[in-house]
Amino acid sequence: MAVNVDLTTVWAFIIAFAVFAYVVMDGFDLGIGILFPTFDVGPERDRAMNSIAPVWDGNETWLVLGGGGLFAAFPLAYAVILPATYPLIIAMLLGLVFRGVAFEYRWRDPGHRRLWDAAFTGGSIVAAMAQGMTLGALLQGIEVVDRGYAGSWLDWLTPYTLLTGVGTVAGYALLGAAWLVWKLDGPSQEHSRKLAKRAAWATFVLMGAVSLYNLLLNVEYAQRWLSAPEIYYAVPIPILTAVIAVMLLRALSVERHSKPFWLALALFFLGMAGLGVTMWPYVVPPDITIWDAAAPERSQVFMLIGVAITMPLIIGYTAWAYWVFRGKVGHEGYH
Amino acid sequence: MFDNVDALLLARIQFAFTVSFHFIFPAFSIGLASYLAVLEGLWLKTGKPIYLDLFKFWLKIFAIAFAMGVVSGIVMSYQFGTNWSVFSDRAGPVIGPLMAYEVLTAFFLEAGFLGVMLFGMNKVGKKLHFAATLMVAVGTFISAFWILSVNSWMQTPTGFEMGANGQFLPGDSWAAIIFNPSFPYRLVHTLIAAYLTTAFVVGGVGAWHLLRDKANLHARKMFSMALWMAAIVAPVQIFAGDMHGINTLEHQPQKVMAMEGHYQSHPEGAPLILFGIPDSEEKRVKYAVEIPKLSSLILKHDLNAPLAGLDTIPDDEEPPVGIVFWSFRIMVGIGFAMLGLGMWSLLARWRGKLYDWPLLHRAALAMAPSGFVAVLAGWITTEVGRQPFVIYNLMRTADAASPLDAPAVGASLLAFVVVYFSVFGAGTWYILRLMSQTPHSGETGVKRGDTGPIRTAGITPGPTQNPGSAETLPRNREEAE
Repeated sequence: MAVNVDLTTVWAFIIAFAVFAYVVMDGFDLGIGILFPTFDVGPERDRAMNSIAPVWDGNETWLVLGGGGLFAAFPLAYAVILPATYPLIIAMLLGLVFRGVAFEYRWRDPGHRRLWDAAFTGGSIVAAMAQGMTLGALLQGIEVVDRGYAGSWLDWLTPYTLLTGVGTVAGYALLGAAWLVWKLDGPSQEHSRKLAKRAAWATFVLMGAVSLYNLLLNVEYAQRWLSAPEIYYAVPIPILTAVIAVMLLRALSVERHSKPFWLALALFFLGMAGLGVTMWPYVVPPDITIWDAAAPERSQVFMLIGVAITMPLIIGYTAWAYWVFRGKVGHEGYH
Repeated sequence: MFDNVDALLLARIQFAFTVSFHFIFPAFSIGLASYLAVLEGLWLKTGKPIYLDLFKFWLKIFAIAFAMGVVSGIVMSYQFGTNWSVFSDRAGPVIGPLMAYEVLTAFFLEAGFLGVMLFGMNKVGKKLHFAATLMVAVGTFISAFWILSVNSWMQTPTGFEMGANGQFLPGDSWAAIIFNPSFPYRLVHTLIAAYLTTAFVVGGVGAWHLLRDKANLHARKMFSMALWMAAIVAPVQIFAGDMHGINTLEHQPQKVMAMEGHYQSHPEGAPLILFGIPDSEEKRVKYAVEIPKLSSLILKHDLNAPLAGLDTIPDDEEPPVGIVFWSFRIMVGIGFAMLGLGMWSLLARWRGKLYDWPLLHRAALAMAPSGFVAVLAGWITTEVGRQPFVIYNLMRTADAASPLDAPAVGASLLAFVVVYFSVFGAGTWYILRLMSQTPHSGETGVKRGDTGPIRTAGITPGPTQNPGSAETLPRNREEAE
């Protein structure tokens, strides 16, 4: 049993890693979609789009790994969460359809470019909002009876989930704007910096609000944050978050390259760590722990071998693909 | 508005709809990725610009088809959980890891190298670019491997144990799960189908341009390449399909009974029913046109071999005969039509009229979408033929669905129908428009920018081909930064 406990924990971290990788990578390209209407029609929009065209597909693959990995490693959690958040998941998928095809269609059909730009923005906002609300629905707890979802089909819609949804949209907008500060230059970069500052403030406020709401949401969450011994490793998270927030605002005033993006990434990492402290060891609060939901050891071992072999390769060639398209985006786009 | 409809039926319609739509794109992009790799390889080997032109012509189409495949595929990876949560919970420990392997070994590979394939030729050089194209092509193949293994396991489950909580659990050997009895046959049959589908699309596009200008060298080249593929691969596919059918007879007899329309057992040689109208009420095929004993000959290689019929199967374990009967005939009919066109092209080559036989070109144009119809018909045959089970003989489809109300499933189905038809309809229109543009020398690749002399630069026109041209300037400026 001791081995099984370890493997399940390892798998919880692998899924958390996939979700984090997804959130930051697709986060910045969804963020660009969210901010798209504020860019000038023409070269500014084209350059913003070109800065993510070669990588968006790889970014979204992490979502498939998050979903597929959850299915494989914690099938019960997958089977409970998706029916519980059904309309959100469907909305997210359809949002991703619209924004995904817009990458190609807007170039193929200049006559309807505005339409596809709107699809890009609408799809990005819907997807981001739905993802944030899904997280909120998970945190506020899902009713389970006999290995199945037992709530009604609008349980996911509460003021709390709306808050987490808006928070996610703001956070993605921050990542997207910070990415553009890195990839663009000239007036477009200035524009992105202004957007990044506003998005940063919105993110701080909403992140704080969600964190405080969490303490009221569930007695167990509050206990994990406010009682010994958990408090000793929980307390550094808000402190570090405040430090990063200050550094980010200062960087956005002077920096012309990648620093704001890395700091925004750090902010998300701390948010993820805070989420871990809040939820651990539950994968579907308030009833299902990671051990309740875990796939059997044979499945875990088989997949772990695959992850151990492929993950370094995936990270390697993904990094290479980013490296190929490094530097500021030219006005003429990639060829 | 959906109150009077069964949530289960709506969930089944939704899955059939989303998976059928999705399947169209990989059926095309598996073959097209390989065709692109062949074109680029030939260009690198021979240095002939015609191969590069064709590569760029098809790359633009590939970019759109692939994007549609990606977004419709993400939907599929969540459909299991949203609509079939009981199935996901129970089968997850066995099929989940196979799907995780698909993501790890295929999706990342395709997505990781796609950006370089589409936009990177000037940034990484020819050889690395060719490597990226190969990686994308290999990725599509690996993806088919895993997902067909999953599907085959649902058809012919092996290598599992039943858990106390009702879950299917992996046994000692993963090889027994992955290489389940129907998998090798299904993999070969489906991959060949994808190649044939692409060959007929490429051939149809070539034919369209030959009909407009039979001297177009680019159209000639793609038409010739595609019809070599058809002539060689169509017979192989018929053979592979026959092997797959015999395998199905061994492991899923009632599927074959439904395909053949054999309501009754035939102890002394079963007839091959060519056409007819299956009537499941009366349990017979009306107006049947049949050839005596031929079915036994095909399936058992013996004219007088006995073949059991659906009368040996309990009524509540029979698949819906009508759908399976017809979809099977559509698939086989198209298969033989493909073979016919392939043979016709050989005759045309022999007579030196491959590029000068408008009737052949019209036939090839008419058959351009035939692969998609055949692939879907084949898929329907195998999936509907598995009913009423989701995991053959072990778990019923009716027991697999999520605990959702009909309005929720109905509303999402409606949303999928509206969005898929409009979004993928637009994409298909863009693809058709690209296909209708005459292929020519100096093709541009995937364009990324406004119109104008500088911004229309394609992925390649490199310094060696267009020395000092406007296209090379921005590249240099970029490198300087």
